[in-house]
Amino acid sequence: MSDESKRPPHDLGGLAGGPIDTDEHEPTFWEQRIDALQVLLGDKVRRIIDTAELRRGIESLGPEAYDTLSYYERWAASIAAVLVEKGVVTEGELDRRAAEIRARREGAQ
Amino acid sequence: MAEQTHQHRPPRPDDPEPTSDYHFLGLAMRELLIEKGVFTADEERRAIEAMEARSPAGGARVVARAWTDPDYKARLLADAAAAARELGIDIGPTRLVVVENTAEVHNVVVCTLCSCYPRMLLGLPPAWYKSANYRKRVVREPRAVLAEFGTTIAERVEVRVHDSTADMRYLVVPLRPAGAEGWSEAQLAALVTRDSMVGVAPALSPDAASSARD
Repeated sequence: MSDESKRPPHDLGGLAGGPIDTDEHEPTFWEQRIDALQVLLGDKVRRIIDTAELRRGIESLGPEAYDTLSYYERWAASIAAVLVEKGVVTEGELDRRAAEIRARREGAQ
Repeated sequence: MAEQTHQHRPPRPDDPEPTSDYHFLGLAMRELLIEKGVFTADEERRAIEAMEARSPAGGARVVARAWTDPDYKARLLADAAAAARELGIDIGPTRLVVVENTAEVHNVVVCTLCSCYPRMLLGLPPAWYKSANYRKRVVREPRAVLAEFGTTIAERVEVRVHDSTADMRYLVVPLRPAGAEGWSEAQLAALVTRDSMVGVAPALSPDAASSARD
């Protein structure tokens, strides 16, 4: 096995680890929406982001993000990066809309 | 499965409110993509419904058929996608490999690099399958990991760990439990759990299945 410190953050096989948390966790609505986003962007109709591109995006997040984000947060970050790269949306559009949605939600409470 | 209701469930009361920047980023993407006509809100709803309709019941039907029909099992082990299609389950473009537990070999599945999983047959993967600790350890110390799931594999039985990729996914045919001789395929399918098809547990025994029903 090569030097473990040089591994990219997603390459986990064979490393030492702790006990496995086997609690069941039903996906939240937000998680379902992110999953649906990838399913739709990758389907035969659209072919905008395939599984390999989703993975490349996740593997490019860098060690800190990889270790701190939740599973579907990693997906969201990857999908956003690939969409921007492909010119489907711009970073500015995403930032503005995310801020609007946050304000909308906070205003509703 | 196709005749399930098309009413999308409302968000559960315990669904957390979005809080992180990534939650809002995700919501921003879906709104913008809908506005740009990349997909419609209705397509999103149907994708979520399809996801919810897929469950380990699909895989259990395949396994129960393999238990009762040796010719089907041979076809399943040779070309799993075609064998699944015989039961009306479309695996899609991914290659699916089915491996069989025997008295000599116990199989267990992981995706060390991410979370690849035979969703078409099992639904979404459980959280532990995606967890760093499972991905790290099951290839290094599979017997210890199986023991944490309450599964003890005799030393004389070889344990094979299969590492999935985006293009190749695995499903385990567990050993058919004793005491279910003469059972129908539908009865047998009730013994086939998600965990048994990932390989971290045996299929249910008929006793365990009947006490679970009571």
